[in-house]
Amino acid sequence: MDAVLDNLDVFVEGFTSTVSLTLLAAVGALLLGTLIAAMRVSPVPPLRWAGAAYVHLVRNTPLTVVFFLVFFGLPEVDVKLPFFRFAVLALSLYTAAFVAEAVRSGINSVAAGQAEASRSIGMTFFQTLRLVVLPQAFANIVPPLASIFIALLKNTSIASAFFTFEGIQAMNRLIAANGDAVIAIILAAAAGYLALALLASAAFGQLERVVRVGR
Amino acid sequence: MSVVLYDVPGPRARRRVLTSSIIGGLVLLGLLALVVRRLAANEQLEYALYEPFLNEPQLYERLLDGLKNTLTAAAYALVLAILLGVVLAFGRLSHRWFIRLPAVAVIEFFRGVPLLLLIFALFLAYPVVVGDELPALWALVIALTLYNGSVIAEIIRAGVLSIPSGQTEAASAMGLTRGQTLRLVLLPQAVRVMLPALVSQLVVLLKDTSLGFVIGFEELLRTGGQLVQFLGNPLQMYVAVALIYIAINASLSALASYLEGRQRRTVGSSTTLAPAEAGAVL
Repeated sequence: MDAVLDNLDVFVEGFTSTVSLTLLAAVGALLLGTLIAAMRVSPVPPLRWAGAAYVHLVRNTPLTVVFFLVFFGLPEVDVKLPFFRFAVLALSLYTAAFVAEAVRSGINSVAAGQAEASRSIGMTFFQTLRLVVLPQAFANIVPPLASIFIALLKNTSIASAFFTFEGIQAMNRLIAANGDAVIAIILAAAAGYLALALLASAAFGQLERVVRVGR
Repeated sequence: MSVVLYDVPGPRARRRVLTSSIIGGLVLLGLLALVVRRLAANEQLEYALYEPFLNEPQLYERLLDGLKNTLTAAAYALVLAILLGVVLAFGRLSHRWFIRLPAVAVIEFFRGVPLLLLIFALFLAYPVVVGDELPALWALVIALTLYNGSVIAEIIRAGVLSIPSGQTEAASAMGLTRGQTLRLVLLPQAVRVMLPALVSQLVVLLKDTSLGFVIGFEELLRTGGQLVQFLGNPLQMYVAVALIYIAINASLSALASYLEGRQRRTVGSSTTLAPAEAGAVL
């Protein structure tokens, strides 16, 4: 127990990094995922194919393999970034495939009359999507997005195997230094992740209520 | 697609779609060309980096061994996770609080904690508690079982809850106990509803076996990494490994959506469960 309390600063530093990995990758995944979903519902075939190919390839690849491809592949196309940014990029690229599927099913859940009405007042495809369909789609998909982002929070732990200091690396560092308190340290790390997941879950519950009132 | 975001295009819209297709296609091809040019500039397209895939039968033997280990771990974990899932789901559906609450606690704990933490916990804490090394295969299998068992428990619970309540009522009217009702009436009917979600979860499980590489379990990904050590072609090798995973998982995903489609066509069962693929909801 002392090993945990005396080294609380290591855990705080680690989990701060976990949180920033999660938030940065969530923003990246939301932007890229929405773009891919828009490509998949567009009337332009090459964009539809590219979007579908991305989702199907990435969704079936283990996140660990995505990490390896980002860390070994991107330097070969002259994209060289610090490890932390590579980790954010790998998490964003992977999570975007799941966000895209959620957004697409959200778009499909918006009643057809909405898009028809906006076309009948002369809106273009992008206006229809941006002003009418997507706002309603996002209100519908708060629960699936919540589970995607909580999965992302847990997935940031894989960055520990790729030179990124976060919750798991904090845990492993403390275990290496305090071999007699392994179990207390592991339980403390587990408590950290559970607390963050509960926090995220509560935040999304709140968001869901706000969005529901807004309609 | 169920939503019509655009009308059936007329002549002008068709021309516009054609122009956008050409522009969009050119942009995508341009990106691809840029990537290829940079790869070529960094000597990543040299024949020597691809040659082992053509002339090294040993390479395929090694990868096949890795794949076997991956599939072994996945198979053990799948069977154990389904068993654990049934136990936990029955616990959570129990009417007795002293059975229900522990089941809820176990499910929420193992769903809320990263799988990697469970793997490290087993690998590092087991020697301390038991005094003996836990083989990497079993650290991986047990961690996968605990996590996926908890997720599968929720899939089963949702499946059971989707069965019309008349079934439960009829079973109680016949004098079946709660356990008998679950085992003989609800679970057999729920299996059909939850099959697509279970297959999707199998994809998640198979992908997660790749985490075995952090504790030195020689599955597909780690085998690929070891081959890179003396072939010196990380990019090519990891793409090859990714393609193997994609081939297996895409087949499983296709099976899941086939099952889901069949489910939807069956008369009288309009309920399907969303795949639990994205991960836990706490």
